[in-house]
Amino acid sequence: MSFAKIDDDILRTLRAPGPMWYGGMLLALSAALVGLFAFLYQARTGLGVAGYEHPILWGIYITDFVFWVGIAHSGTLISAVLFLFRARWRTAVARAAEAMTVFAVMTAGLFPIIHIGRPWFFYWLIPYPNERQLWVNFRSPLVWDLFAISTYLTVSAMFLYLGLMPDIAAARDRVKDWRQPIYKVLALGWRGTSRQWQHHAALYGFFAALATPLVVSVHSVVSWDFAVAILPGWHSTIFAPYFVAGAIFSGIAMVITLLLPLRRIFKLERYITVHHFENLAKLMLTTSLIVSYAYLTEFFVAWYSGNPFEQGTFYDRMFGQYWGYSWMMFTCNVILPLLLFVKSFRTNLKALFVLSIFVNIGMWLERYVIIVSSLSHDFDPANWAGVYQPTWVEAAITIGSFGLFFTLFLLFIKNFPALSITEMKETMDRKAEADPAASWPEPV
Amino acid sequence: MADTTQILGIFDHGAKAADGARAILDGGLGDVVAYSPVPDHAIDQALHVGVSPVRLFVLIGGLLGCATGFLFPIYTVLDWPLITGGKPLISIPPFVVIAFELTILFGALGGMASFLWLAGLPRVTGQPAPDDRFTNDMYGISVTCLPEDADAVRATLERHGANEVKG
Repeated sequence: MSFAKIDDDILRTLRAPGPMWYGGMLLALSAALVGLFAFLYQARTGLGVAGYEHPILWGIYITDFVFWVGIAHSGTLISAVLFLFRARWRTAVARAAEAMTVFAVMTAGLFPIIHIGRPWFFYWLIPYPNERQLWVNFRSPLVWDLFAISTYLTVSAMFLYLGLMPDIAAARDRVKDWRQPIYKVLALGWRGTSRQWQHHAALYGFFAALATPLVVSVHSVVSWDFAVAILPGWHSTIFAPYFVAGAIFSGIAMVITLLLPLRRIFKLERYITVHHFENLAKLMLTTSLIVSYAYLTEFFVAWYSGNPFEQGTFYDRMFGQYWGYSWMMFTCNVILPLLLFVKSFRTNLKALFVLSIFVNIGMWLERYVIIVSSLSHDFDPANWAGVYQPTWVEAAITIGSFGLFFTLFLLFIKNFPALSITEMKETMDRKAEADPAASWPEPV
Repeated sequence: MADTTQILGIFDHGAKAADGARAILDGGLGDVVAYSPVPDHAIDQALHVGVSPVRLFVLIGGLLGCATGFLFPIYTVLDWPLITGGKPLISIPPFVVIAFELTILFGALGGMASFLWLAGLPRVTGQPAPDDRFTNDMYGISVTCLPEDADAVRATLERHGANEVKG
């Protein structure tokens, strides 16, 4: 193993795509177009085509919003938090997770716009001097959301780009096809001088230090969209840590879902090993336990509060009209992840892949249950009969969001190094320094 | 500067390049620019690379963001006083969220802008590095020296294990 070999192996992933990539792209793009069509239909016809019915005026779109923001969280956790803790194994998975973060935030950011009645006026959320002479209400959590999500998108995109810059320069010098001029522009003339590395390394550390509190704040702010309302099932002080843990849990599941096929298609078994997946599985298990604890705490607090509305909401959640979703959520997020205590399960990649999909489904359902079942059981018993039925438009837009996310991700991995070339070389260098006789680990 | 010459030593190992650079600087033979595919601490030490001032700009950006996050919402509520939810116009707790986010946003933007400025990026014209291999697996020591020192520079680079010496 040498620096040149790392370059060759990773830049090989940028070669002309094979049938699997085209197949995936076709599927993802078709799904994205279905979503776009449904959105245009909704914009033209009106929000009535979504299944909202009083009192359930937040539904699938807000579920999707929270889900995608959650998916974004593991990228920053892996690239920033694990960087600060010097967990070196992150090198192999950080780039894909960072890219996933950026695309998931982009996807999430669309949902508040899709959810509003007149999406073409979404910019009214931005505080700017305008002809209406009005300012936004900074006391509203929806404005906090705008600030949190746009900050998160900007910072995570810069973080991704900063790490990519030396790798794009490597691609610029090695990949001789129509993309070379694009790499040339994006590399910004990176030369790899010691002065550039000095500032690069300093800024990377600061980005990690800034992104860590940011990642905690973003999902906390999202959770306050609910927690500052007085609705039973939402009005809870545990929401911020509960949502942050859930976000990281679902995000890691998505990293596993994406990385396993990526590793297989690009034959990167030498770099992304079973050891990496086992570590991700351990993180998933830890966050699953935190989420399970939060579920139980919610029920305990509802019971202990002595508030009949609070108790009613949680009883209804388990045994009311949405019981199926709640029990599925429990199975996927609490019971199935317990299998990860078994080492042979953690190191069985097929089993891990299947579990990660269950966790993705479970975490989507969690948001659905929190939003819809709480809204359906407010303070007015006359409202309790209403059942929210998602329409085909909402389903199509949700499918479209997955399509958009996977389209962006597939385009990224075919055009940019899916693993950090620089960090791979650094890790190799450090290993060689520590023990010159040690060879690069062989694929498992 | 018209009477200086450029000599480039290409090394296959960072430690050799660092030794070469140190020998050139210790001998007072010229100015050194080092190129490497990864950040290399041996080279940093040889070239006496210090602490990056990027941190100062992150701090300034962060403080500016924090101030903006409080002052801007306060300005807007005073510009159009509108009481909502019976809360005071200047409600500090909700503004903390805005200030927190803007601290991070401005800190990161300040850091990014200062990095680009300090690293001399973007560099639009000319060849990025004197050799394509510096982003791959080779290290470069580029020496700017007087023509009369050129032979000594070449000899020093070769003595420290340069695979190639150009110029």
